[in-house]
Amino acid sequence: MNNIAPKLSAKEYESNFAELKPALTDIAAHAEANRCLYCFDSPCMTACPTHIDISTFIKKIATGNMKGSAKTILSSNWVALTCAKACPVDVLCEGACVYNDKGEKPIQIGRLQRHVMDWYVENGMPQLFTPAPKNGMSVGVIGAGPAGLACAAELSILGFDVTIYEAHKIPGGLDTHGIAPYKMKQQDSLNEVKMIKKLGVKTKTGALIGKTISISKLEKLHDAIFIGTGLPKPTELKIPGENLAGVFNALDFVEDVTKRNWKSVKVGKRVAVIGAGNTAIDAATEARRLGAIEVYMIYRRGREQMSAYDFEYELAKSDGIKFYFHSQPKRIVGKKKVEALECLETKIVDGKLKPVPRSEFKIPVDMVIKAVGQNIDDSFLSSIPDLKIEDGMVVVDGKTYQTTNPKYFAGGDCINGGKEVVNAAYDGKRAAYGIRKWIFGE
Amino acid sequence: MVDLSINLAGIKSPNPFWLASAPPSNSGYQVCKAFEAGWGGAVWKTIGAPVMNVVNRYAAIDYNGQKIIGLNNIELISDRSIEINLKEIYETKKLWPDRAVVASLMVESDRQIWHDIVKRTIDSGADGIELNYGCPHGMSERGMGSAVGQVPEYCEMITEWVTEVSSIPVLVKLTPNITDIRFPGRAAKKGKASGISLINTINTIMGVNLDTFEIEPSRGGKGGHGGFAGPAVKPIALNMVSEIARDPEIGLPISGMGGISNWKDALEFILLGSTSVQVCTAAMHYGFRIVDDMIDGMTNWMEEKGYTSLDQIRGKALPNITNFGDMNLLSKYVAHIDEKKCIQCNLCYIACEDTAHQCIDLLPQNGKRQPTVREADCVGCRLCYIVCPVENCITMEEKKNGGASKTWNELMKELPQPMTMEDLRAWQHKHGIEVH
Repeated sequence: MNNIAPKLSAKEYESNFAELKPALTDIAAHAEANRCLYCFDSPCMTACPTHIDISTFIKKIATGNMKGSAKTILSSNWVALTCAKACPVDVLCEGACVYNDKGEKPIQIGRLQRHVMDWYVENGMPQLFTPAPKNGMSVGVIGAGPAGLACAAELSILGFDVTIYEAHKIPGGLDTHGIAPYKMKQQDSLNEVKMIKKLGVKTKTGALIGKTISISKLEKLHDAIFIGTGLPKPTELKIPGENLAGVFNALDFVEDVTKRNWKSVKVGKRVAVIGAGNTAIDAATEARRLGAIEVYMIYRRGREQMSAYDFEYELAKSDGIKFYFHSQPKRIVGKKKVEALECLETKIVDGKLKPVPRSEFKIPVDMVIKAVGQNIDDSFLSSIPDLKIEDGMVVVDGKTYQTTNPKYFAGGDCINGGKEVVNAAYDGKRAAYGIRKWIFGE
Repeated sequence: MVDLSINLAGIKSPNPFWLASAPPSNSGYQVCKAFEAGWGGAVWKTIGAPVMNVVNRYAAIDYNGQKIIGLNNIELISDRSIEINLKEIYETKKLWPDRAVVASLMVESDRQIWHDIVKRTIDSGADGIELNYGCPHGMSERGMGSAVGQVPEYCEMITEWVTEVSSIPVLVKLTPNITDIRFPGRAAKKGKASGISLINTINTIMGVNLDTFEIEPSRGGKGGHGGFAGPAVKPIALNMVSEIARDPEIGLPISGMGGISNWKDALEFILLGSTSVQVCTAAMHYGFRIVDDMIDGMTNWMEEKGYTSLDQIRGKALPNITNFGDMNLLSKYVAHIDEKKCIQCNLCYIACEDTAHQCIDLLPQNGKRQPTVREADCVGCRLCYIVCPVENCITMEEKKNGGASKTWNELMKELPQPMTMEDLRAWQHKHGIEVH
């Protein structure tokens, strides 16, 4: 890169990446738990994609039954610590809290769930569920992200023998490699993996299906296979200059930051992030917090069309990130290294987004981060016979999560095009029951 | 493996949690729904004399944003017929043979009428009978409920009428609206009761409307006292349960109740001698689902403590109850304020300065004023600890006194009688105790 961001002091890095929502003290958690109305058939529970019985787990905090509280949470969601910290609670459980309708602050459900899960981890993650006797059936799970982990954990409780195959050396998927450090630490996700392993789930890391292990071997080893491979392939911009030094994919950048080796992360002095989703915001705020002087977000459409949540947008703004709305990258300028991003203004003509001719303008930058979406790994998925893919997503039955190849089930980002951890956790758990139904008819 | 099952005078249930005789146990539908939720037993809403209710039956006290710290009611006993209630008890027992179904009864004070209803109750298949000597409103004006419970002789007489024909266990439910709970308890024992339930509700007036001067809640302009229950009454109930449990003349199993809202409350009642625990207000606030955490929380606590049966803990706190005269006058505790945790709200200072013993100073420290205990003057009253809003900020620390011990009763034997203040001062001075 032409200009790299100035290095910060260790203290500055820690302060920039300190948790935005720190742990509640015991007394604060207790007071907040007692503030919960313990609604019946509560809107928060409905709003949670995994339908955690939220008012019950909170009531159990209030009575001091922490173990029971952890069980209530985990019986609905196997990656509850990650969800407690990374879920967009404003638009899910906390957004549905009845206190909003009363004109009062909603219950801090995310922080209370984190309070319980922290307790659970600190107390050595005691076994809360009695697995069913082994049923003699084996399931292979591809991908150790939230969908795969949830599916594996639930299958294990149901009596299946489960092996997870993970391409990465460190399991956890985006929970481990894709969440901003000011939301949660990598260790949180790894603790969840550890908990799921304690249920008897086996994990094989560095396992590349079709390369280190063939599909036919996988099919021989297992009675059913769950695909939770997410969206590993970044979308290309398809503009000139994309191969210049200083152009990065958002997911790689975000993953690099999760390692917490702040000084070793490559960051330009001036950074342009292309895209306006939640990953784009993560990349932009992280670049800024790592020391970038100027960070720009470039988006073809307007503020209203941004897919990032409001609170993410607000976070980016408060970090001093500048937004170029209605701007479309035309080319990345530079000889060998990025020097600038050239954009065109856009406008809506006859309902269609069109670049405005001769509206070119250049933003001098040292680094470009591409965050315009991710895609399924087509080459791998198309090697599975009879697996139907539509609109870049694996097609599954809405109830059983079975794919068009009956031996294969799927869940998470690869079936929904990219949603939250909590959606993947729900898919994985439901798919476990789909697998059981297919094998045992129940 | 933790076993929560209990056997109270022959009435068995898979866990100690029973619905108290009250609106939640008014019908077979409700009791079956409660059993489905996990309740171990139910004492049916009292069956007996014909009644008619008024509206606005309930009133509650909320406190600083917390709803229902106490609940008052003037609902009478069941307004459904004896036949329907007994039929539903029969059906419920058929569906839930492992749960305890206890019929609560209240009829006129007539031997024959009591004999009649007891026999019919036995035929319904109920596991036991609870005699309602407690209701402090309505029925008492008709010579029933607490009108019986407040006169030990009536308690004994009616209990005897019941036990002389009953082939199933008979529990006597006591009213707390009495000076010494042990007297009706002893009367129940003399009447051959199998166990005692307590407490029933406490007489209360819930409030006065400052615009209309009507009593809250108003029933067509008029109100009156009702029976008070819920979290606020728990300390009163704990005391009365322990009084019954400790009385050597009684010695009967206890079904404890009064403000039990969760598993911790329930354990306190059991540690003070209760076999089963009964719940009403908490269920009326949140529904039958609360029993899930009660069972779960109690089981987890027992597991953690290494207990497998409630028999191992029942009454275990009773030996720690003692009379004032047997407490050690020389044990010394002083308050300690953790300056790192202190938020300088200074509530401890003003409480001590205005209403206790003036032993906390506000000392200048880093531009703030830090409350600091003057240990030499601290009498260890514990008021500061109570008002402090920060957990574990103020602690009561025991000061070693070389194992010195002297109770008031012992002191009485040492000092000349009748004792004068000067005698006591001289003795205190000898032990380094200065009263300012």
